[in-house]
Amino acid sequence: MNGAASGQGDSPAPRPRRKKVVLADSRAPVTVLRTVVELEEQTSWAEEVVRSFIRTQFKDAVKFAVGTMLLFCALPLAFYLFPELSDVEVAGVSLPWLVLGVAPFPVLFAIGYWYNLVAERNERDFVDMVEK
Amino acid sequence: MELNVWAVVAIGLVSLATFSLGYRSSRLASTTQDFLVARRTVRSRRNAAAVSGEYLSAASFLGVAGLVLKDGADALWYPIGFTAGYLVLMLFVAAPLRRSGAYTLPDFCEARLGSAGLRRLATATVVFIGILYLVPQFQGAGLTVHQILPSVPSWIGSALVAVLVIVNVFGGGMRAVTLVQAFQYWLKLFAIAAPTFVLCVLFFGQGGVNGLGATGLSEPMPPRFTRDAVVTVETDVVLQVKDGVLLWANGRVHGTAVSGPTYWGPGDHPVDEGTELRFSAGSETPVVHPAVLDNASWLRPVTGTGDLFTTYSLIIGLFLGTMGLPHVLVRFYTNPDGKAARRTTLHVLLLLGLFYVFPILIGALSRVYAPELLVAGRTDAAVLALPLKIAPNTLGEILGAVTAAGAFAAFLSTSSGLVVSVAGVLSTDILKGRVRDFRFGTALAGGVPLALALVLRPSDISLSIGMTFALAASTFSPVLLLGIWWRKITWVGAAAGMVVGGSMVLTSIVLTTVSGYTGGWAPSFLQQPALVTVPVAFLVVVVTSKATQSRVPPDTNRTRLRMHAPDRLGFIRDRDILRFGNAEERTRLANGRHRR
Repeated sequence: MNGAASGQGDSPAPRPRRKKVVLADSRAPVTVLRTVVELEEQTSWAEEVVRSFIRTQFKDAVKFAVGTMLLFCALPLAFYLFPELSDVEVAGVSLPWLVLGVAPFPVLFAIGYWYNLVAERNERDFVDMVEK
Repeated sequence: MELNVWAVVAIGLVSLATFSLGYRSSRLASTTQDFLVARRTVRSRRNAAAVSGEYLSAASFLGVAGLVLKDGADALWYPIGFTAGYLVLMLFVAAPLRRSGAYTLPDFCEARLGSAGLRRLATATVVFIGILYLVPQFQGAGLTVHQILPSVPSWIGSALVAVLVIVNVFGGGMRAVTLVQAFQYWLKLFAIAAPTFVLCVLFFGQGGVNGLGATGLSEPMPPRFTRDAVVTVETDVVLQVKDGVLLWANGRVHGTAVSGPTYWGPGDHPVDEGTELRFSAGSETPVVHPAVLDNASWLRPVTGTGDLFTTYSLIIGLFLGTMGLPHVLVRFYTNPDGKAARRTTLHVLLLLGLFYVFPILIGALSRVYAPELLVAGRTDAAVLALPLKIAPNTLGEILGAVTAAGAFAAFLSTSSGLVVSVAGVLSTDILKGRVRDFRFGTALAGGVPLALALVLRPSDISLSIGMTFALAASTFSPVLLLGIWWRKITWVGAAAGMVVGGSMVLTSIVLTTVSGYTGGWAPSFLQQPALVTVPVAFLVVVVTSKATQSRVPPDTNRTRLRMHAPDRLGFIRDRDILRFGNAEERTRLANGRHRR
């Protein structure tokens, strides 16, 4: 600190520019603060809002999980019940190897990408509603 | 195989790079917080690379190819499950867990359910899972060193990796490890992608095996040797023959001494340790019992109801087990908030999918080119052995060196991550959480698994890892899922579920291990019991919680709000800061001494 101050004393200090001093921004933060306090205090309204938000998020996650599980759990059963599926060849590679060895990875990523969009949209909606 | 100088150099380089990266960034780490969670300044892309780097263990790098070589299409569920576990993690756990502010699994249990007893139980489970996961890593290291330098006994490789990891974690803890892990992911991807690419080009360039233009993989015949081969059996095995093979044997077969040419008819042939077998090109490959005998059924998934049970069990175990692995969850704490945690997981899905295509390809090629691994029962060495089989010249040696280096990167990164998380849990929950305690925990977390790795007989890496996943899925996954999403869970229910699920899996682990030493009598479903144990664990948690509703923690609503409220509202309270203080505060309080 001292070193910096003495260093400035040698050269003429540039004229300070005019600055606008704001004590409190009258817009967003206050409302955010108020609703956050309300959520924190667990009023009956806040409790209900939070509960329904968690329920939405949970329902969406379950939808994605059930879909994925159905998709993947159907595969062994399909190959078990219809062994002729294993004889199909696509471009010289047998079908099960394409379906199990290559396809799952892009599919999993696509599901994840989609869920990410949904979950972030839910969160934005919640924040918007709370801040209104 | 003779000494591969390239491989030794490559392994040396990987170790050196790991060590120096760790050392350089360790100079930045000094507080407890640095050691545990890398100050939460890691960006989501690098974090994703670090998660993947930590996650791609010996089981992924060596084990997947080995199982594909042995079991064929049914083994493809391993890479699927290893990846899909992250999708489940992302759907249910990633963001809420990060927002809960808990820095380890036991800490989450205490934060959510307010019980110190449950925390101790969770600590014990974390330590146990960590050790169980570390043993095959160290054994894989031994296998790799033995493959490259056949004269060196495998315990030297295990010890080498253990010491490197302990020293590295000693120096810098998590911070160092984060950087190292991200580097390791790309290293591993390169080390498996480049050789696979070259080998495929060579394979197609030669026009298939011996210019036949066909692999024979879809025919109902056993794999055949592409050139003369000499195999030394290293443990007592039972070899299965489908059609009959003429070979030259020196040692003990069927309990009697043999030396000279013999004919093996269809059936089982017990062979004693140390027996040398010579096969001529084109003859049938005997296969270690139990394995798929002919190529046509190797190519098909699910050939019986037993396969169906194992497959579903594997799916449940791997999908739900990932979230209960201690080294994975600790890594999520380095994300700044819940949203970043979710994005990190998405990146991880991409990075893992990119990786797993290559070991599958290598496994399939090994079925054609390296069938002698099936005789020796060392299928895990497929990734290391294949390059020299396809290109028996300097090119093959270089490619083999690259894969060996990648395998070493796999051991180093996963073991480092596990040792950090186990040591973190030990030092904060059992000891007092000082830097010195962390180092003591590190020595313990590296030393015990090393001892076990040296004592226990190695089995297939992916199989033992699958068992660890089953353990994680039957203990932590019910507690995490219900803890995050169900209001009525109590600590009694959580503890009961962990104890019941954990002890069921432990029983099956003990039974399969014992049966491995005494003739393999255990039924195959004991090797992957998740289909039974996971639902039972969930049920126990739910029923016990319902019976003990008076124990629901009073601040449940507040905890749930914190876990689920979007990050912008600012409810995250990091529990390690509450406990150990802020990094900046600590610096200021440290006697004015300038610490870096």
